[in-house]
Amino acid sequence: MPGIIGKKIGMTSVFGADGKNIPCTIIEAGPCVVTQVKTVEKEGYSAVQLGYGERKEKHTSTAMKGHFKKAETSPKRKLMEFRDFDGLNTGDLVTAENIFKEGDWVDVTGTSKGKGFQGVVKRHGFGGVGGQTHGQHNRLRAPGSIGACSTPSRVFKGMRMGGQTGNSRVHVENIEVIKVYPEKNLLVVKGSIPGHNGAFIKIEKWN
Amino acid sequence: MNAIKFVENDLASSTNTAHFKAGDTVTVFYKIKEGDKERVQQYQGTVMQIRNSGAGKTFTVRKMSGNIGVERIFPISSPFIDKIEISKKGSVRRARIFYLRERTGKSARIKEKKRTVTA
Repeated sequence: MPGIIGKKIGMTSVFGADGKNIPCTIIEAGPCVVTQVKTVEKEGYSAVQLGYGERKEKHTSTAMKGHFKKAETSPKRKLMEFRDFDGLNTGDLVTAENIFKEGDWVDVTGTSKGKGFQGVVKRHGFGGVGGQTHGQHNRLRAPGSIGACSTPSRVFKGMRMGGQTGNSRVHVENIEVIKVYPEKNLLVVKGSIPGHNGAFIKIEKWN
Repeated sequence: MNAIKFVENDLASSTNTAHFKAGDTVTVFYKIKEGDKERVQQYQGTVMQIRNSGAGKTFTVRKMSGNIGVERIFPISSPFIDKIEISKKGSVRRARIFYLRERTGKSARIKEKKRTVTA
């Protein structure tokens, strides 16, 4: 589906016509260059590979230099693939105004903010123990029992426990586009999107 | 940051350009919707503080309603604010004059600024 690579700039809020304060995220979307077109005949599936942002020549490997040379473009910072994005040739420029308009519903994929090793209360939304009294001197955020006794005498796979939280690929569907600024390549969407400010994100639109 | 300011300026629905500071006495004309009718309510008091910047900027206005102090926070870019009138420029030495909360009567007065410095 058609899409573009973007960079999360930050969040702000605007007042709508009805007086409601709408939180919104500002995204710098594109411009992107088509670096490769994948076809069913050659690669087995239909897709385009887009490149976004500039990368220094000295930081680009020889193999990648050859790849960008084929598309007749300068080395790019970020490459992403978009399935079933038809009508493009290698070297074409893709901008936000080509794809998105106000009122569109888009999907955003990104890497969420890393939270480190977290316990079950933050990671899985467990309730904790509840009360602070009746002898709970160090059990306030404990998970409780993780299994029975001699049957099954083991802990089941997939038991929710503490661990690395965040820093994972997150896909958010149906985000409304509030505004497009073609001259600045900016996209204003409603609500929040995954990742920290400056993070690369993938914005896609269902046809 | 520039991109955020650009979007905030472009999407701002109201342009309140009144310049006031903590200590000033202002009248806020606030639009209130009742069913499908709209009327303007006036709220006069002393500005306690101005918080944040850009689209999230708010200001707190305190007034004495009888014996009870009332504080109300307005978002400065709210489309419900019809206009803001500055009736008195106050001379205070702080940006946040919370000490007013402990004071009543004579001690809660604020000296008026004699000369207004034009910015």
